[in-house]
Amino acid sequence: MSRMVDCRNAYSKKLEEMALADERIVAIVNDSVGSAKLGGFKAKFPLRFINVGIAEQNMVGVSAGLANGGKIPYVCGAACFLTARAMEQVKIDLGYSNHNVRLVGISSGMAYGELGPTHQSIEDVGWMRIIPNMTVIVPADAIETEAVMEYSGVHQGPMFLRMSRIPVPDLFEAGMKFELGKAISLREGNDITLMANGVMVCRAVQAADELQKAGISARVLNMSSVKPIDREAIIDAARNTGGIVTAEEHSVYCGLGGAVAEIVTQTYPTKMRILGVPGVFAPTGSAEFLLEHFGLTAEGIRSAAIELLRSR
Amino acid sequence: MTDSAEIDFMKLEKQAMRLRIRCLQMVHRAKLGHLGGDFSSADILTALYGAVLHVDPSMPRDPERDRFIMSKGHCSGALYATLASAGFLTDADLDTYMKPLSKLNGHPDRNKVPGVEANTGPLGHGLPISVGCALAAKISGVSWRTFVLVGDGELQEGSNWEAGMCAAQYKLDNLVLIIDRNRIQQGDFTENTINMEPMAARWRSFGWDVHEVDGNNMEAVVECLRSAPFTPNVPSCILAHTIKGKGVSFMENRPSWHHHVPSDEELQKAIAELEGGQL
Repeated sequence: MSRMVDCRNAYSKKLEEMALADERIVAIVNDSVGSAKLGGFKAKFPLRFINVGIAEQNMVGVSAGLANGGKIPYVCGAACFLTARAMEQVKIDLGYSNHNVRLVGISSGMAYGELGPTHQSIEDVGWMRIIPNMTVIVPADAIETEAVMEYSGVHQGPMFLRMSRIPVPDLFEAGMKFELGKAISLREGNDITLMANGVMVCRAVQAADELQKAGISARVLNMSSVKPIDREAIIDAARNTGGIVTAEEHSVYCGLGGAVAEIVTQTYPTKMRILGVPGVFAPTGSAEFLLEHFGLTAEGIRSAAIELLRSR
Repeated sequence: MTDSAEIDFMKLEKQAMRLRIRCLQMVHRAKLGHLGGDFSSADILTALYGAVLHVDPSMPRDPERDRFIMSKGHCSGALYATLASAGFLTDADLDTYMKPLSKLNGHPDRNKVPGVEANTGPLGHGLPISVGCALAAKISGVSWRTFVLVGDGELQEGSNWEAGMCAAQYKLDNLVLIIDRNRIQQGDFTENTINMEPMAARWRSFGWDVHEVDGNNMEAVVECLRSAPFTPNVPSCILAHTIKGKGVSFMENRPSWHHHVPSDEELQKAIAELEGGQL
């Protein structure tokens, strides 16, 4: 396995590059200068860096006003507070108003591990994808993070970028282009399909390699674009492989698994297994411990795939 | 915008009276609406669009326009009638208020109605958005201004105070907050619900320059609005003392008229009172 990288560095480096080229770009934080890795941005673009303090409702409202005034705001804060605390502002000021704002949900999922369920954000994809006009992206590695950031500079409308701090290996070639609404195949296969996003993609790839050793060819799809989602890729997987396992660092409700199931059940019903946090608040433990605890590992995906195939 | 000397206050007062009549007709027809707050804010809205804001209905998204944000979005009747009078909507549009598929929703939608800057309705959204607008102008070094009208009960929402601190921190002297202090919210008088006083002192303590005005006196409102922003490096607050239901004897200062719909008889009586006023 190659280097293990915290994707936040890729996003903040790219944001600085983009801000240099496009003076409409501004960054807004809720005191989260360090955790959002924006010290460099603040130093380089002091007038375009806004710290509203610990006030998420105001932060999202301010971002809508900045967009109204012609800016392209990147609102960067811990995903748990950015989404839940400011939910009505996200729905009305960004979604309903269709303001051109990017929400960067830092340390999403269970990245804050030991800090507990107050700081974990395993509901954010569900909350965001239900809002009309909102685009939802969960990149898989640092290279895709950079590509998503590049794309975000030209996207029209509000967008949620889910940004973990759990280190992941490189999965893509440098310079890859992000295409909105397109699944990316990382392994070809026809026995079963593994769909994952964020920190679970590298684990799905490992699971596929293990399954291969047992003679099972697993297709692996990176589903970074949760909304819009690649409907054709999902229908093809349902039709042409033996079932679908989804894996996400999120509740099993309303996330990637839910989004895939909504399509599968209405087009080409097939068996699925939805891996995630099973509707509970997590116990105490590090992010790695919790991923292991909930079976969100290569082994967890592998065994779910075998169990699914056996149940057919 | 014209020179102060050229402003015809009598004409603006008549316009505000006609605005109230139009709101009555709209709400009577829709069987829904918020007349009490429409009436308390009618003079402020008329003053803003008649003598203060740099806006042009032929270019509703002109980047250099002044921004006006109607945070008390439930008073959409007054906003729409004002926008019609300013040329952003037609008078015929107003007859579709809240009808199926009308662009005139009960709460304003910026993507459907030219001249609307923000989708409001849930309270406590307008001031944070206005802070963002004012920040955008500051960052760009341009001179357009941002005005926002909030209800007094609305200030019970904490987001306003988050935004209030932020505006002072960023020295937003291009931002004018207007408080429609009609002292009544949906359920009761504000002071029977949550004490709002000392309101001026609260905003001053948050770092704002506060001017108080009779919000139903056209000349006073126009002069106060035109003298804002008041102080360099400090955001401006206009505490406009108003009367809910202003202009109609049986509506004034009655909590039930927050969203009461007039009967046929009440409609005629109210119009007669407005037309027969001292104007």
